[in-house]
Amino acid sequence: MIETNQAPDENQSIRQRRMAVLARADSAAIARCWTALGIDPTFTMLRGPETGLVTLRGRVGGGGSPFNFGEATVTRATVRLESGAIGHSWALGRDQDKARLAAIIDALAQDTEMAGRIDEAVIRPLASAQDTDDRSRVAETAATRVDFFTMVRGED
Amino acid sequence: MYVAVKGGEAAIDNAHRLLADRRRGDRAVPALTLEQIAGQLALAVDRVMAEGSLYDRELAALAVKQSRGDLIEAVFLARAYRTTLPRFGYSRPLDTAAMLVERRISACYKDLPGGQLLGPTFDYTHRLLDPRLAGDVSIEEPARRETSDASMMRVSEILAQEGLIEADGAIDQARGVGDITRAPAEFPMNRDSRLQALSRGDEGFLLALAYSTQRGYARSHPFAGEIRIGEVEVEIEVPELGFSVSLGRIQVTECQMVNQFAGSAKAPPQFTRGYGLVFGQSERKAMAMALVDRALRAAEFGEDVVAPAQDEEFVIAHCDNVQATGFVEHLKMPHYVDFQAELDLVRRMRAEHAGSTAPHEQQPREAAE
Repeated sequence: MIETNQAPDENQSIRQRRMAVLARADSAAIARCWTALGIDPTFTMLRGPETGLVTLRGRVGGGGSPFNFGEATVTRATVRLESGAIGHSWALGRDQDKARLAAIIDALAQDTEMAGRIDEAVIRPLASAQDTDDRSRVAETAATRVDFFTMVRGED
Repeated sequence: MYVAVKGGEAAIDNAHRLLADRRRGDRAVPALTLEQIAGQLALAVDRVMAEGSLYDRELAALAVKQSRGDLIEAVFLARAYRTTLPRFGYSRPLDTAAMLVERRISACYKDLPGGQLLGPTFDYTHRLLDPRLAGDVSIEEPARRETSDASMMRVSEILAQEGLIEADGAIDQARGVGDITRAPAEFPMNRDSRLQALSRGDEGFLLALAYSTQRGYARSHPFAGEIRIGEVEVEIEVPELGFSVSLGRIQVTECQMVNQFAGSAKAPPQFTRGYGLVFGQSERKAMAMALVDRALRAAEFGEDVVAPAQDEEFVIAHCDNVQATGFVEHLKMPHYVDFQAELDLVRRMRAEHAGSTAPHEQQPREAAE
């Protein structure tokens, strides 16, 4: 599946992380980083980009048995590069350009040397922007935290 | 004799053209953008996503625009769109404990780990119209406060430590997870299918039922154990990869309602629970859902079913506003032939009635004549 000399588990978690960052990023942000990388590989679309539904599941009481909660639009794509590497992308929403580009990036990143360049130029800046965004939202929410105090009632 | 009648084609075309005109309104006023609707009417958009059972902010915003703000019409549009798409699969169950929390409150514990986080709430506003909002006033940036990333324990976990509350809820799913979009509703229904129906149920209907339980129709003495709003990650197992991938995040509102239960011969007294989970920021709906979920568990706890909110078939069969509006609104479609038949019947019955009563009695004339 993944032909590099790293341990398969480690490769898998790196790939999951990469795909998660791409799924969360918007099309324009990915395209900016991608353009900076200056690569234009030849690829064949094996599937899609196609938009469909994924049924989202929750858990009863938050941690109990699963239940079907509602649906979300999801777009996926699969590409093959000339090298034979296959890349996939899956993300919420209906952005097909993003799906295609994310699948190409996933395919390219299966080459160890290329993975380093991609992580440097695409994944790291996107992840860093996402982390900043999260931290800022956490800080904004934290400012609305209630600090209770007790009134002294004067009963000595 | 049945005579098919056609007509109205030009009238319908012109009516739709008029609708488009009225929807657009004064051309001197700029048209609303989807970004404006999604950004500034965000809770209307959330409601359309929740009741349309389709998480897609942009589509929900389009539905709000197309429906001129008629949210049930917008929900209908979202549901209709859903049916045009193939289904790729089921996500892994969302982990709401790992939520990036934007609001989290508990009415049970004042000092709980993670604290009371008010977030962007209408609570504690004075509900006075703000004339400044009529214009484009500049709004200050939100305040910030540095925080150590404390994990936010669920209130149910705190109570569970003492065994004072029932567990999250296990359902016999030998035949898979219930899916009301795939199988016709059958009663009695499992709690998983009920939760699916409630999550997309009409907010107004569920709110009224929830209110009825508080007013004494199936009294269950609830506390808002916890309400949390925030983003959760969606993951799906991808067969071609052999592992799960993240699809991004969605915003949900979760409500854990804590209810009293006296216990029985078999079970010691323990708090019971109702659960609400809704797309977007939909606190009222999540609370109503949790109250109704608990009321519908009457049989499970051996409670007498005495009120509408406890009647599973009544609640589930009527909570869907697309079904409800379809049947109510179909009454305005032409029923000319049906009505002719009824008119004929009433005339005949009246004639028979007149024949059977004393001949000297004057019959009132039919209003239509």
